[in-house]
Amino acid sequence: MSRLASDHTASPLIFEQGQKGRANRYVDAGGALTNYLPVETLRDDLELPENSELDVVRHFTRLSQRTFGIDVGFYPLGSCTMKYNPRVNDAVANLPGLRDLHPYTPDAFAQGALQIMWELEQTFCSLFGMAAFSLNPAAGAHAELAALLIAAACFKDRGETQRDKVIVPDTAHGTNPASAAMCGFKVISLKSDPRGRVDVDELSRAIGPDTAVCMMTNPNTLGLFEDRIHEIAEAVHGAGGLMYYDGANANALMGNARPGDMGFDLMHLNTHKTFTIPHGGGGAGHGPVGVARQLVEYLPIPYVQRNGGEFTLDFDRPKSIGPMRSFWSNFAHAVRALAYIYANGAEGLRSVSELAVLNANYLRVRVREFLETPYDEPCRHEFVASAQELKRQTGARALDIAKALLDRGFMAPTMYFPLIVPECLMIEPTETESKETLDAFVDALRDIVETAKRDPAELLAAPQNTVVGRLDETRAARQPDLRWHPVPEEL
Amino acid sequence: MPDSSDLRFTKEHEWARVDGDVATVGITDYAQQSLGDIVYVELPKVGAQVSQFGAVGVVESVKAVSDLFSPLGGEITEINGTLENDPAAVNREPYEGGWMFKIRLSDGSQTSQLLSAEEYDRLTMAS
Amino acid sequence: MLQAIGVPSLEKLLEVPEAVRLREPIEIVPALSEAAIVKRFEHFAAKNAFGWPSFLGAGSYRHYAPPAIAALAMRGEFLTAYTPYQAEVSQGYLQAIYEWQTYICLLTGMDIANASVYDGATALAEAAIMAINANGRRRVLVARAVHPNYRAVLKTYCDGLDVAIDELPIASDGRTDVSRLRETLAGKSYACAVFASPNFFGIVDAPDDAAQSALAESETIGIAVVAEALSLAALRPPASWGAQIVAGEAQSFGIPIAYGGPYAGFIAASKEQMRRIPGRLAGKTVDANGNEAFVLTLQAREQHIRRERATSNICTNQAHCALIATIYLALLGSSGLRDVASANLARSRELATRVASIRGCRLEFEAPFFNEVVVNVGAPAAGVLERLAEHRILGGVDLGRYYPELSDCILMAATEVTTSAEIAALGAALEEIVNVPAGV
Repeated sequence: MSRLASDHTASPLIFEQGQKGRANRYVDAGGALTNYLPVETLRDDLELPENSELDVVRHFTRLSQRTFGIDVGFYPLGSCTMKYNPRVNDAVANLPGLRDLHPYTPDAFAQGALQIMWELEQTFCSLFGMAAFSLNPAAGAHAELAALLIAAACFKDRGETQRDKVIVPDTAHGTNPASAAMCGFKVISLKSDPRGRVDVDELSRAIGPDTAVCMMTNPNTLGLFEDRIHEIAEAVHGAGGLMYYDGANANALMGNARPGDMGFDLMHLNTHKTFTIPHGGGGAGHGPVGVARQLVEYLPIPYVQRNGGEFTLDFDRPKSIGPMRSFWSNFAHAVRALAYIYANGAEGLRSVSELAVLNANYLRVRVREFLETPYDEPCRHEFVASAQELKRQTGARALDIAKALLDRGFMAPTMYFPLIVPECLMIEPTETESKETLDAFVDALRDIVETAKRDPAELLAAPQNTVVGRLDETRAARQPDLRWHPVPEEL
Repeated sequence: MPDSSDLRFTKEHEWARVDGDVATVGITDYAQQSLGDIVYVELPKVGAQVSQFGAVGVVESVKAVSDLFSPLGGEITEINGTLENDPAAVNREPYEGGWMFKIRLSDGSQTSQLLSAEEYDRLTMAS
Repeated sequence: MLQAIGVPSLEKLLEVPEAVRLREPIEIVPALSEAAIVKRFEHFAAKNAFGWPSFLGAGSYRHYAPPAIAALAMRGEFLTAYTPYQAEVSQGYLQAIYEWQTYICLLTGMDIANASVYDGATALAEAAIMAINANGRRRVLVARAVHPNYRAVLKTYCDGLDVAIDELPIASDGRTDVSRLRETLAGKSYACAVFASPNFFGIVDAPDDAAQSALAESETIGIAVVAEALSLAALRPPASWGAQIVAGEAQSFGIPIAYGGPYAGFIAASKEQMRRIPGRLAGKTVDANGNEAFVLTLQAREQHIRRERATSNICTNQAHCALIATIYLALLGSSGLRDVASANLARSRELATRVASIRGCRLEFEAPFFNEVVVNVGAPAAGVLERLAEHRILGGVDLGRYYPELSDCILMAATEVTTSAEIAALGAALEEIVNVPAGV
């Protein structure tokens, strides 16, 4: 299945392994199913592969060896904040008293869990300048949806249902306009100014009595601080709209500035970015949503209340937008995030952001020696480089640089986002990387650029050192093969 | 590009071949090159009424998505069913086998709103 | 480093406009040493009920998770990887997702499944949106016997899209009343009709033949909700009653209960719905050398490409939880799963028999059930549950909370980890509570 002769990590599909009768027995079985249920309710067609525990362990161990994580190497994915995930967080999340607690446990017997949720919410309020947070949403995009539903509910209450436009800069993450569309809002995309910031003149032309929300992040996805944020917030508020903060870049400003102080009325956090929740291959994430005082009553239910020393889950909130998911929160991740906060305290979190900014700027000035950095000014926690000039000279693109980095044991930066920078590479080192790692990355990147100038064909053929080469994505889309199919039995 | 004297173009890179009161529509060679390998084309339904320059469908490549606009207003009379299983036809023959839909024109004078081959060439050279 | 960057101090890099500068220091929890953090969280854990006999189910189930799962899932490569956009170095995760997608298809009988969504409730919301996009009808019909939290989340999403929701009533046997389904579907145009089997009461509740033909004739898309995924090991799959979309929850497959999350929702559908399915999809293809390989595909449906034209905003999903479920399914295989299912069936019948034998208690519904029963305790359930808690027993969920007509009823679950001793303890406590007036 793989092309490297020495690749011992290849493993056939689990469905292509096993033998009937090898199933592991973990519990005491009951009797035949027909003892309990009428036969017409039962199925007789389920064939799932049966493998010994050893074979299952080998299969997934091999799969893990074919997977690159932060634990394996440097992961400079812009906008994703791939910092180290401390293992103590997993240890406390796995304490049986927390891991095995059922969501329908009466409040009186879940005080520890409720206190964790309450402390986390309070911490976020202080750190980011909001009046209240809900841990209900399951991910950043989920929280965006919640926030927009809150905005819609608020306007409906005020009789301002003509507000149907959401303003989004052209550097915005794709979830912003997608979330807006899920609430029936129309999206207006604002062209950024030559400095890469929100164009305040364009904004003032776009806002009006139909403005519902302006969604932004600060620093933006170019890693640049929106220095006119105060004006922007005033303009949007002046038109009667609300300001929404996409918290994807929160790692840049803890202890330094707060979205609440900038004029944001709504925000979300990605705790799997800023607060070290493991990414786990694409989730589970966690998306706490925060609001200013006048919007607290719209938060999803349940809301954690404290009365004296007692904590309760409050479901009786008539103006709430309702629940966003089946239970109360991604609680195990709330535990992890709070453990990380305890490990740092306010001072520690301020250092986290400071170091993140320092590391990003160090990388920026070294990378700009051989790759174009379109915004030649100090960045915050991430910056963008462009391979446009390299492409013109040599034909090698951002994609080829990315694949060559994989060959050298690094994860590639974010490619082709934000959309306004051609051949874009968005680089975010985070604060948990040492100078040695950053220097090694710079050396690798420089070597790749020099290779492109000398022999671009080498880059176009990358990666060569990974278990598979470049994938035929066209075929994957034209002839989708999304699952294994059982082979019909021989007659 | 094949004999383009009978083709008219839009700024959004669609072409139209008008024959009496029926026009055949597709996307240009420039468009298919920019999009890359086409993987799926979402076409309007037969019988649908569309207006000139209205969005009528979507063209998907591996990494991008592009709205399909109708160069002319009228009723969709036919769509190219082979694109369902062979979207690559759009890449191979954007002006022939990769045609997308036919439309019965509601207003023949609308063709004057479209670009000539020279005007379209100037547009694509400039980008 | 500051020298290399060319700024005199770190403060220069961190400058923000005067208007947004922090005015006061931030006050949050104090910093603790790692050892002290562990102690602190042990302290939190100790304030929660632990080790009590528990009959809580209602969408989150106590099942045995073999330790081999954690040993594999917590490997650093799996734990700390990002979304597999760079496929060449993510073949492991992509293959695992492909296997998960396959497992979900095999279990539900559907053609395709996605890489996971947040949970069963949001899976239902996304499934309804798929149906609305498929046929353009802006009304949803949902059985009242579907999990109340799922219905509430569906309402949250539908309110945002101005889509109306109507309900199908509950019949006296605990199933959904489909006697007037044909008239209902003829009266208004529904995008979809939603059924759960087992339903919230644990009862097997798939639409019968008459209901199925009513759906087919009105071209209403059938959506199946599966909140207890283990039931798929025993019961006829949703495909068998003509469901076109399945929205479910995989928590039962080894995912910790963790006070409600994170879990792993799944969406499975028929081939026709492929382009409407939200979220990520892992597909098989080849690499430049003809080797078999896996890649995220059909990405042009998703938000990072379609932006406001995406049908869903979902980005991060529940990959790691789905991995846990995949490993669980790999360890158990079909006969292992059937064993667990039969244990659930056996224990829940033991529970049902014991409580039905208590004077004053009875089973509220007669229809066949999976691993949960509705017990009428002849008095307000809330009070009975409080007194059970005094006995350090978590008796179940007060159904009056969601169904006012069932305020004397408790929803109780029993699984393969429920012991006869626990059932005996519950029985003894209930005997006392139900038959001895309070205050005596």
